[in-house]
Order: sequence, then C-alpha cells, then structure tokens
Amino acid sequence: MTTLTPPLTWIDACPAHHLETALGLATLLPDLHQVALFRTHDDHLYAVDNLDPHTGAAVICRGIVGDHAGEPTITSPMLKHVFSLRSGHDLDDHHTHLSTWPVRHHHGMIQIGTTPQGTP
Amino acid sequence: MEKLVVIGNGMVGHRLLQALNEGDHTHRWHITVVGEEPRTAYDRVALSSYLEGTSAQDLSLGQVSGPHVHVHTNERVTTIDRTHRTITTHTGRTLPYDRLVLATGSTPFVPPVPGHDLPGCHVYRTIEDLDALAIDARTARTGVVIGGGLLGLEAANALRQLGVKTHVVELAPHLMPTQIDQGAGALLQRLVTDLGVTVHTGSATTTIEPGPDGRAHRILLGDGTHLDTDLVVFSVGIRPRDELARAAHLRLGPRGGVDIDHTCTTSDPTIHAIGEVAHHNGTIYGLIAPGNAMAEVLADRLLGGEATFTGADTSTKLKLLGVDVAGFGDAHANTPGALDVVVNDAAGGRYAKLVLSDDATTLLGGILVGDASAYATLRPLVGHPLPGDPLALISPTGPTTLGTHALPDSAQVCSCNAVTKAHLTCAIDEGAREVAALKSRTRAGTSCGSCVPMLEQILAESGITPSSALCEHFTHSRTELWEIVRSTGITTFSELITSHGTGHGCHVCKPAIASILASQGNGHILTGEQATLQDTNDRYLANLQRNGSYSVVPRIPGGEITPDKLIVIGEVARDFDLYTKITGGQRIDMFGARLEQLPAIWTRLVEAGFESGHAYGKSLRTVKSCVGTTWCRFGVQDSVGLAIRLEERYRGLRSPHKLKAAVSGCARECAEARSKDFGIIATDTGWNLYVGGNGGFTPRHARLLARDLDEDTLIRYIDRFLMFYIRTADRLQRTAPWIESLNEGLDHLRAVIIDDRLGIADDLEAAMAEHVASYTDEWAAVLSDPDKLARFVSFTNAPHTPDPTITFTTTRDQPVPAPTPLGIPTTRPTMETTR
Ligand code: SRM
Ligand SMILES: Cc1cc2nc3c(=O)[nH]c(=O)nc-3n(C[C@H](O)[C@H](O)[C@H](O)COP(=O)(O)OP(=O)(O)OC[C@H]3O[C@@H](n4cnc5c(N)ncnc54)[C@H](O)[C@@H]3O)c2cc1C
Ligand code: SF4
Ligand code: FES
Repeated sequence: MTTLTPPLTWIDACPAHHLETALGLATLLPDLHQVALFRTHDDHLYAVDNLDPHTGAAVICRGIVGDHAGEPTITSPMLKHVFSLRSGHDLDDHHTHLSTWPVRHHHGMIQIGTTPQGTP
Repeated sequence: MEKLVVIGNGMVGHRLLQALNEGDHTHRWHITVVGEEPRTAYDRVALSSYLEGTSAQDLSLGQVSGPHVHVHTNERVTTIDRTHRTITTHTGRTLPYDRLVLATGSTPFVPPVPGHDLPGCHVYRTIEDLDALAIDARTARTGVVIGGGLLGLEAANALRQLGVKTHVVELAPHLMPTQIDQGAGALLQRLVTDLGVTVHTGSATTTIEPGPDGRAHRILLGDGTHLDTDLVVFSVGIRPRDELARAAHLRLGPRGGVDIDHTCTTSDPTIHAIGEVAHHNGTIYGLIAPGNAMAEVLADRLLGGEATFTGADTSTKLKLLGVDVAGFGDAHANTPGALDVVVNDAAGGRYAKLVLSDDATTLLGGILVGDASAYATLRPLVGHPLPGDPLALISPTGPTTLGTHALPDSAQVCSCNAVTKAHLTCAIDEGAREVAALKSRTRAGTSCGSCVPMLEQILAESGITPSSALCEHFTHSRTELWEIVRSTGITTFSELITSHGTGHGCHVCKPAIASILASQGNGHILTGEQATLQDTNDRYLANLQRNGSYSVVPRIPGGEITPDKLIVIGEVARDFDLYTKITGGQRIDMFGARLEQLPAIWTRLVEAGFESGHAYGKSLRTVKSCVGTTWCRFGVQDSVGLAIRLEERYRGLRSPHKLKAAVSGCARECAEARSKDFGIIATDTGWNLYVGGNGGFTPRHARLLARDLDEDTLIRYIDRFLMFYIRTADRLQRTAPWIESLNEGLDHLRAVIIDDRLGIADDLEAAMAEHVASYTDEWAAVLSDPDKLARFVSFTNAPHTPDPTITFTTTRDQPVPAPTPLGIPTTRPTMETTR
C-alpha cells in the first residue's frame, strides 16, 4: 500500500522581522484556515491552529507565550487553557489539541506549509 | 426519635447544634431551638466590630440546618413544665421535650442606682443594644461607661470610635480587676488615658440625674464629685438568665446560675444547662471557651459518650483600645507558694508577669499588658515546665524565639476550642497542609484567633511551608518580587527572570510582573517587551469577548457625562455597528468591535475628549457616585465632584487586582460605597472612609478606616492605602482578602495608614504623586505610535480582512455573537480565567 502525501505548498505569512519574540500573529490560509505563528526566545518558530478548540474563537495568537517544565507553551487568552507549541496538546486535557503546521524562515520571509502536520 | 429542645440560640447553643449535627449519625435527636433574638446565633465576641462596619450578616455564625433541626427566632420561652415535660413560649406555643437544654446566656447587670432606667442609659450585649447606642451617640458629645472591666473597656473604645468624649468609672482601685493585678492595671490606665479616655478608678456611682429633657445627664460619684454626660453605658458585670430554672425550682448556685454537674446536667436529669447560664463547681464562666467546652461535652453525652466537663481555661487575650491585654492561668498567684517574675517597663509601655510554682520550674499563669505577643506561646505552657529562663521569656525578644516544639503534646494550643498540640499534629498527619485546613478540621483558631500564629508555627515545624511562590518560574511571592524590582531597579521581565527566576515565564508570572513594572512607572504598557507580558485584554487595550471580538469602554468619571459626549458614543456605536449597554459601573460599554477596528473607534473617541476606561486592566475601574449636593435634597457633600477628582487621580494605576470605588453624598448611600475597595460616605463635617468591600465571588462590606476627614486628609489616606495594597498584596488578591491576611487586619492597616507606624507614609504618598504626574491616556499614546498601531491587524497576510469566524445575529435590535458550533463555553480550567 502507498500513502499519498499531498505536495507541501508554502505561502508567505509575513516579513521575518514582523514576527516579534513572544508576540503571536495570525495568518489566513487560502482555504480560510487560520494559523497562529510564534517566535520563542531561542528564535524557534512555531505554527499552530489559531482557533481555540475549547471555545471556537480564533484567538490563540493573542495568548501568552511561556514554558512549562521546559516545554514551550501558548496559553489561550479565552479560558486560559495551556497548549504545547511543539505538539499542540492541551497540557491539562489530553483529548484536545491544536494542529501544528510546517513553518520556516525563507529569504527574509516567514512561510507556512498549507497542510497541517496533524497530531503527532 | 427523641425530642431535644434548646432554649437560647446564642453562641453556646449554636455550638451544641453544630456538634450534634456533625455527630448524630443515627438521627437520634429531633432538635427544636427557641431563641428570643430576632436573628440566629452570631459572634457576640466580635460584637464591637459591628460599630466599625461589620454587618449583622458578617457576624452571623451561619445556620445549622437539616431535616431534624428547627430553629425559631424572635420567640421567648416563658415557662418550663417539668411534670409534663413541656415548655411554653410567649406566642403561646407549647413544645414537648425528652431532654431540655438551657443555653440562655446572661444579661448585663444594671445596678439599681437611682436613675439607672432613664433614657440615654444603655447596656452592651446584643446587636439591638449597639443599634440603640449608635443612634444616641450621633448627638452625644460625652459618654460615661460604668465599669472598667473587659467589656467596659470595649464599650469605651466603641464610644470613642463613635466620636464621643469618653469616661470610664470603675469601683475597684484599678482597671480590669478580675483579670490583672495592680501593676498591670496602672500601666493599662496610662495607655488608655493616652488615647483620650478619662479613667476614674475607686469611684462608686451613686445616682444618675436627668437633665431638662428627661434624659440621663449627670452622674454623682461616691466622693461627692460629678460627671456631666449625654449617655451612659452600664458594664458592671453579667447575671445568668436563670429565671426559667428558678421558677421551675431547679437547683441554683449560691450567686445564681443553674447548677450543673460534670455532665452538664442540672438537678433534673432531663434538663441540662451550658454556657453563661450554668454554674459549675463554684464558678459561672463569662467567656466563650468554657461555654464551648460545655457544649461539646453535652453533645457527646447526648450521643451516648462519656465526656466530662472539669472546668475550663479562663485565659483571655484582648486588644482593648488598641492596647494588648492578656491574662492566663493563675494570673493572681493564688496557688500557695507561687512565685512571680515581673518586667514592668513603664517607658516602653509593657508589663509582663509570670506566675511560677514554688520551685520556680512550672508555669502557673501570667499577665501581659502593652505587648501580648508572647501569649500564644506562653498560655499553652501553663502547667508544664518552663523551657528556659523566665525573665528571658518575657523580655521583649524572648518569646518569639520559643518555638512550638517546646510544647508537650498535651498542651492546649487553642484554649477557645480545647485543641491540643497532639490534635493538631494528628490533623497534619492526616493531610491538613495549611491553616485553613487545620481550622476546619480541628476548629482551632476559629474563635478569638489568638492561637493562629501557633498553628502557623506547628505547620512550619512539621516541615510544611505554605508556598507563596508565584508559579513554577519564580519561587518568590508577588510582594517579594515587588521589593526586588524596587531595590534592584530592574525594568524588564527578561532581566528579572534571568536573575531571579527560571525558564521563560507563563501566563501567571508575566501579567503579574507586567503589573509590578507598570505600577513602578515603566512607561506605556505596550512598549517593548512589556507587550508580550500582557493578558490579551491589556495587550489590545480592550476586553476580549466570547467570539474573539472586543468591547470598548471609555472613561466616564463619576458617571457624569455631557449630552454631546453621549451623542458621540451613540454615533460611534452606530457607525461601527456595536452593541451598547449601560454597565454596572455607571458608564457605557460598546461590544462587538473587531481587533482591526479598535484604532479607528478610538480615534473618534479620543477626538471627542474620551480616554481609556481601563475596563480591561487590573487597575482602577470606576469611582461611582450619587448626585449628592449637586441635585439631591438630602446630600451633605459634593459626591460627584469628589468622585471625579478621585477617578482622575487614580486612573491608570496598575494594581494586584481591579480596584473599584464610590462616593455617596449622605448616609443613604445611593452609590453603594460600602461594596467597593474604597468607599467614601459624606458626613455633615467631612467624609468617612471605608475600605475592603467588593461584590463578585465573595461579597464583602467595606469597613470604616477613618471618619470625618477633610478632603485633603482623605486623599492622603487613600494614596497610602492604595500604594500599601499595591506593594504588599498577593497577585489577584482584592483588598478585602488582603486586609484579612494582614496580621491584626484593619487595626494594622490603621496603624500603617493613620499612625504611620512603619514610617513609610511619605514614601507611599510620593509613589502616588509620581503615578499621578506620569499618567497619560494609553489609547491616545497608541494612536500616535505607528509601531504599536501596527499590531492591531487581523492577519499578517491580510491586515484588513475581518476574521471570518466572527459573525453576528440580531437580538433585541442589536448585534450579538452568532451561536458557535460549540455553544456557550461551560468549562474553565480555573476561576482566574477572567481578567
Ligand atoms: C460590563 C460589566 C457588566 C455590565 O454589563 O454591567 C462587567 C463585565 C465583565 N466583568 Fe464584571 N462587569 C461589570 C461590573 C461588575 C460589577 C459591578 C460594579 O462594578 O459595580 C462587579 C461586582 C463588584 C465588584 O467587582 O466588587 C463585577 C464583578 C466581576 C468579577 C468578580 C470580581 C471578584 O472580586 O469576585 C469579575 C471576574 C474578575 O475580575 O476576575 C468580572 C469580570 C468581568 C469581565 C471583564 C469578564 C471578562 O474578562 O470578559 C466582563 C467583561 C466586560 C467587558 O467586556 O466589557 N466582573 N463586575 C460591568 C462593567 C463595569 C464597568 O463599567 O467597568
Ligand atoms: C461585647 C462582648 C464582648 C465579648 N468578648 C469576649 C471575648 O473577647 N472573649 C470571650 O471569651 N468572651 C467574650 N464575650 C462573652 C461571650 O460572648 C459569651 O461568653 C458567650 O456569648 C456566651 O454564650 P451563651 O450562648 O451562653 O450566651 P448568649 O450568647 O448570650 O446566648 C444566649 C441566648 O439565649 C437567648 N435567651 C435567653 N433567655 C431566653 C428565653 N427565655 N427564651 C428564648 N431565648 C432566650 C438570648 O436572647 C441569647 O440569644 C463577650 C461578650 C460581649 C457582649
Ligand atoms: S446618597 Fe444621599 S445625597 Fe446621594 S443621592 Fe442618595 S440620598 Fe442623595
Ligand atoms: S485560642 Fe481562641 S481561637 Fe484558638
């Protein structure tokens, strides 16, 4: 059996210098999915769903970036659920997660892959 | 089921109910309580705080309820029929009993001197007594308390606080003769006199003469002199309310009181007596601890137990007129051969005496005046060998170094509730990790509270340190971090976490530190790294709503607004299609603004002269006001003017939690000032300042901090109050729990704010002056800063495209969020989810 992996398309999210450390931004994908982008202190880039699965509001990018026992985190501003930026998991509720998206720094731009990496 | 009838719903009757309710698992008793007062049991020990603003509701001991408990208030029992085993009440109701409990307490004794019943003569026992006293005190200039015992001095303090020039007349040669000796009495008299109370010891009251209005006016004393007065409070002792027992021919004590044995049973085996009405082995106790002990014994007996009452500790520690007074054990050295060790430091205002056994090894009792901090450690040692040199124990530095490990297991740590050290260590072993848990498990610390420091010590010695760490990134408390920031001059979160924390922070420490940095004046809250610390509300200077849109609340100081400004709000709301609502804070909220619309909305508002209302910040919200003298026919001061002045002074002040205030123009209190963190109520001559009120999860009434202040003093006190709160409160701790957490609560606050006991008042005022001088409108600043404005976009790659998930429907002619597939959120990880 072969697995069909759709080809990864990259779109420009914003000039790299627009994404400040620990200040998230939202990007709108052509299919109207919203992705929240983050840069952490070690200059690592993360991209996760912008939609908060607990409330349905598109606000994850406006949360506070932090860490929990070394794991980089984002806290939803809505009801303060904490998610891992690496895996997308809700740290208190393992049934809920954010999808993670491919993200890269490319020729001065931040780019997002338009297919989620899904749930690891 | 058997029928138990309890006469009296006072403190001790209530304790009996509680104990039975908890222990009667087999539903043996059907309980009926008949109480004469208009309300159920309340904390009589704390009665005086009623005059300082504690409400009857706050004093209530709570209702004991259950299918087998019936409590009747406002009903007096008039007869006991022992033959038929019934009681009858003044309403004519007759109730049968299998067992009867007399918990009728006592009444203040009023000596039968001529004139004792004139209008203007009061007693001090119930809430109704205090209501009557407060009414008379309003027009009184001078008041005389007859009796210089424990209660008399409490009444004197109450009068003084009501603004009445107070005298105390005591028959004995010194104050508090039952509890303390001549030396201690002399010091107490001096300290009390320094507070402006005139003390007349060795003086008998012979007659009270009426004035022309027929009210008590002149008190003639035994030495031929007299005192002119506007009111009189009798506090010369109490008499047990044994009239029912007397009429029913139960055996009484030689000086009254219903005689009971060690099972709390009277001469009739079906009738019991507990509390102040009972006479046990030659003693009638006028304190709560012995009453509670009797209630516990009786409950145990009624449930088939074998407990016995063998007498009780009459130790007392009080704060009378701000002066600590404690007497414990054999304070008068009545034990044959007893020795005493006395430190009489008149200059330092301290008197301490320890009473020791004839071989000077065992502690028998003691007296402390002026500084009773050693009480908590010394009292449980009564009957035990002294752990060190007695003089060292009562020297100013001694007792604090004496830990609870010095106590034997059998030592009673909480005398009010007869809880020993062993009880407490057992509760700790069973999992009680903090004072609150120890309190609910053992009842220790729930009455007079003087043993609470010991509970903390025992916890600490069991290796339990209450964690005040802010979160996993900082081991420090908010207060400690405040001091670190202040003393090191650190101005950024990064510096602070690198030098004093670990990791990179989280949603708990970041906003807390943002608040600390902001209240120490670090510029705009969205400048540089600070923007990354803010909760979303602060980050966009608006309040996040369910669907990801925001609300906008311009400041409307004191709720006063011109028609022109009202029209602007209406136009803005109409043009941006916003839902509008009048808030509970006397202003107008516009809901449904998208992130990218906020700058345009605020451009219009700022042009019209509005500024940020900080509805999003942990900072001053509103100063509510009533119309006061501006319009109201009852108003005595300009409440609107003051509210606006206060709102403009404290706007933008970042604090541990939100701050709300109100100003009322007279005692009718239309602005609800007493439900605010600071509330001001006008008086004929100035302003009364109340602090520590709130609505919300745990409503609290604010309590009186200072009365009849002129406007400048008022503002100085509020400056100090707020700055002291900002510096020392925990994160997300509102003013009421903060005041409760201070050792000595409101008294401590008064000492810091009014008496400047810590010597920091100037510093607090200077810090506030700096805040006032550096205030600028946060929204105006954003509008003039392109970097900050750039953050108000919906999408990086489509800055002006509205978020497609935000949609509206119409309800009552206004836009509201369209229902989401998830519906209205019902779960939330913590109560802290709101801003
Ligand atoms: C709009 C308003 C209700 C209204 O329609 O009247 C309101 C709305 C909110 N309140 Fe409130 N409160 C409003 C008056 C009150 C009042 C009444 C008052 O202030 O006179 C109270 C009780 C009084 C008090 O606070 O002592 C009140 C007690 C709370 C509490 C509980 C506080 C507590 O100590 O327990 C919260 C939650 C919190 O702050 O953690 C809260 C939180 C909230 C939040 C901010 C929740 C949030 O983060 O989304 C609500 C959103 C406001 C918004 O989007 O603008 N709100 N809230 C009122 C705004 C007043 C204003 O002009 O600023
Ligand atoms: C201002 C003040 C301060 C105090 N401070 C302290 C202190 O610091 N420490 C301390 O240990 N103690 C203190 N006390 C004493 C303490 O309050 C009492 O020891 C305690 O309340 C006694 O409880 P009790 O139930 O026996 O009496 P109460 O609390 O007086 O209750 C008796 C109840 O029975 C009711 N009653 C009487 N007769 C009838 C009847 N025939 N029918 C129906 N109901 C009836 C009464 O109305 C009353 O409600 C203080 C007392 C006062 C007044
Ligand atoms: S509090 Fe007094 S002055 Fe203010 S509106 Fe009410 S009645 Fe009038
Ligand atoms: S000693 Fe009074 S509450 Fe413990």
